Amino acid sequence: MSGNVGSERKIGDVILKVDNISLRFGGVKALTDISFDVREHEIRAIIGPNGAGKSSMLNVINGVYTPQEGTITFHGEVRKDMDTHQAAENGIARTFQNIALFTGMTVLDNIMTGRNLKIKSSFIEQAFWFGRARREEIENRKKVEEIIDFLQLQSVRKTPVARLPYGIKKRVELARALAAEPTMLLLDEPMAGMNVEEKQDMCRFVLDTNDQFGTTIVLIEHDMGVVMDISDRVVVLDYGKKIGDGTPDEVRNNPDVIKAYLGAH
Amino acid sequence: MSLTTSASAPADTFPRLLLQHASQRPDAPALREKYLGIWQTWSWRDTASEVRAMALGLAALGFKRGENLAIIGDNRPQLYMAFAAAQSLGGVAVPMYQDAVAAEMTFVLENAAIRFAIVEDQEQVDKLLEARDTLPQIEHIIFADPRGMRNYNAPGLMSLEALRAKGDEFDAAHPDFFDAEVAQGRAHDVSVMLYTSGTTGKPKGVCQTHHAFITAAQGGVQFDHLVATDNVLSYLPMAWVGDHLFSYAQFLVAGFTVNCPESAETVMTDLREIGPTYYFAPPRVFESVLTNVTIRMEDASRIKRWLYDSFMAIAKRSGADIMDGKPVSAKDRLLYSLGNVLVYGPLKNTLGMSRIRVAYTAGAAIGPDLFRFYRCIGINLKQLYGSTETCAYVCLQPDGQIKFDSVGTAAPGVEVKLADNGEVMVRGAMVLKEYYKRPDATAESIDANGYFHTGDAGVFDSEGHLRIIDRAKDVGHLSTGAMFAPNYIENKLKFFSHIKEAVCFGHDKDNVTAFINIDLTAVGNWAERRNLVYSGYIDLAGKDEVYALIKECVESVNAELATEGELSHSQIARFLILHKELDPDDDEMTRTRKVRRGFVAEKYSALLDGLYGGKSVQHIDTKVKFEDGRSGSIAADVKLSDAKRFPAVTRAAA
Repeated sequence: MSGNVGSERKIGDVILKVDNISLRFGGVKALTDISFDVREHEIRAIIGPNGAGKSSMLNVINGVYTPQEGTITFHGEVRKDMDTHQAAENGIARTFQNIALFTGMTVLDNIMTGRNLKIKSSFIEQAFWFGRARREEIENRKKVEEIIDFLQLQSVRKTPVARLPYGIKKRVELARALAAEPTMLLLDEPMAGMNVEEKQDMCRFVLDTNDQFGTTIVLIEHDMGVVMDISDRVVVLDYGKKIGDGTPDEVRNNPDVIKAYLGAH
Repeated sequence: MSLTTSASAPADTFPRLLLQHASQRPDAPALREKYLGIWQTWSWRDTASEVRAMALGLAALGFKRGENLAIIGDNRPQLYMAFAAAQSLGGVAVPMYQDAVAAEMTFVLENAAIRFAIVEDQEQVDKLLEARDTLPQIEHIIFADPRGMRNYNAPGLMSLEALRAKGDEFDAAHPDFFDAEVAQGRAHDVSVMLYTSGTTGKPKGVCQTHHAFITAAQGGVQFDHLVATDNVLSYLPMAWVGDHLFSYAQFLVAGFTVNCPESAETVMTDLREIGPTYYFAPPRVFESVLTNVTIRMEDASRIKRWLYDSFMAIAKRSGADIMDGKPVSAKDRLLYSLGNVLVYGPLKNTLGMSRIRVAYTAGAAIGPDLFRFYRCIGINLKQLYGSTETCAYVCLQPDGQIKFDSVGTAAPGVEVKLADNGEVMVRGAMVLKEYYKRPDATAESIDANGYFHTGDAGVFDSEGHLRIIDRAKDVGHLSTGAMFAPNYIENKLKFFSHIKEAVCFGHDKDNVTAFINIDLTAVGNWAERRNLVYSGYIDLAGKDEVYALIKECVESVNAELATEGELSHSQIARFLILHKELDPDDDEMTRTRKVRRGFVAEKYSALLDGLYGGKSVQHIDTKVKFEDGRSGSIAADVKLSDAKRFPAVTRAAA
């Protein structure tokens, strides 16, 4: 398009670095000697065939799994593993491959739960809707309303999640993750099972999130078209090993990747 | 900042009306919009000062007197203000349909020689930037919503906020400029240019003056006793004459409050929150509301259904008469007020219609059942007749004299008469000044006596109420010579809740055939209750059970037509259910959802030939355009079905 000269967001320094990560479940090697880094404000994709270890990698990053070997460096701090609470407090939020929302609650309430960490008032204050609790609720609601506006969820604000179609549920999950105002967002197959139109919407929201809030995004995705379109750099895993790393173009032309993932041509 | 207009100039232009409200009742609410879940209000003072800043910003950029300003987007307070801003400088507002794709916009942008555009958001900016590749004349694009616009740096692109800042700067340097510009405005200046939907040929720009719209608005305001405390919800396209009359002209004449919904999807919720007192909607909106109510009642518990059914029967018997002040038995009155507490009141509340004093519908024919439903639960739903060329102001139904098949009597200040061929002709202040750059079309439609030829065929009934039958040019003849009014038949078909669209053919043919679009919501629900499995529209449309259902509808229309004299010859002989929904994106309908019959006949000529050729199945391959502009194709084997026709019946003399 003539007027849009592309994004000007500055990709910054490395904020997350994993070195020589190996993860085993008993005798099964899920990840072997994986190293890569994520720079501030970039969109980093992890791709690979089924069982390549993509979700395991994400789970290592936000502390669900503890790797047997290797280190994780986040904001300059070197650790053996992450703790899920630490991860959240350090500004890492995520969505799940299988939607994990509170189905009986409304969209608004689900997104509000994403503000959990921002609430400082005590149980008693909240029970009596008093002082700080009231102020916080108003602030948090405002933030949530901004996200509702951003992801265009106004029409389902008060609808229980169980009644929503799949594509919208995925969007609500993203909204809840955004409510935590993360600096890094981990998206586990955000577009799985969506139709073309829903995928396009989701792509736009991911790009807008990255653009508007400068959020660093690490995503796992199966749809190659989507990955190549929106990511800055791509890591390719196969059988728990890293076989490629670079810009979409580099990865596309990497013979190992072509052989392992795209099939031999 | 001075908000008073010079005392000498009467409030006969829109900007002067705005300044009058701002000085007489500065703190009353003028516009509202729901943003971040909360209704935000602009008082008349706020509105006037934003309009002033916007206008001066435009002036600073070089907007000239008489120049056209394109306005594109959903109903937003800032965009309504943009109308007044252009008019303050003696310019002309040109609202355009916000859902049109860039290619469709090109014609209007070029025709109106647009240099300045004020648009809602990124979506519209993208379209204008695309159009600019071929139309370099588009210099300034001003957007209201900055979301997603951070990395755009095309020349001439500016946020509305920046424009207003520019305006404030200009104001400081030229403090008297605005008032002088507003004072220069004349009532007979063109205030707005609305493009006709273009059922045939290219759209034409209809030039309307301040005087025309203000006269039409004053007529309506007096006729229905509208006051400054009324509330309307504006959700219909701003490029449509109806919205311009109700949400802009009458807004500035009566000084009531215009409320803009949060988004197109939240209209029903917003309606309930606002509780408008004055409401305008095309029949399809009333229809979809009723369809929803019906579906929800069918799914309700048995007791609730019984309560609903029995009280609706009472309402149908006496509701409309009670509202019209006709005699009703004491027993029915008592039952009706009980029903009001138990059923009608709560129902109206759920629909957001509790406070409605006057509701209008226009734009297409409304089904008798649909019309009666709203009237019998106590909503004063009325019909009006008008067009873009007449400021949507020709006929109105007076309170207490409501008939579903007429559009009422001539509105105050309007003369209506019929030509020899039945064409409706009107004269009055609300008739258009001219078609933009089309003196030929202007001369063709306005005759020497000042009558505008509407192109609609109509008749007056015994009480002087006008009844519109069809477009005058659409009224054709079968090869037997019998009269054929396609719209008339299509409307009868569309009155069935299962039929969403119908297109009839028959001019110069031996008999009448029809293409049908089923209503996916209604027929889908019908299918579900019968455990009929279907995967989507195409699948459902091709089911034998659905054909049987539609056949029943077609045959009952035939039975009705059989009793209507000359029209009994145009009973439907054969029909089919189209494999795709007719869509404005595929040019099959206008943006106002009127079917382009000629285009449809050409596009689906294979199907039409199949119908007249007596085939029972016809294969067709159709190109479709998706919302993002890409195209694909749908192939299907469409079934063609016969329908029973009835011998003509002459009605027994009553």
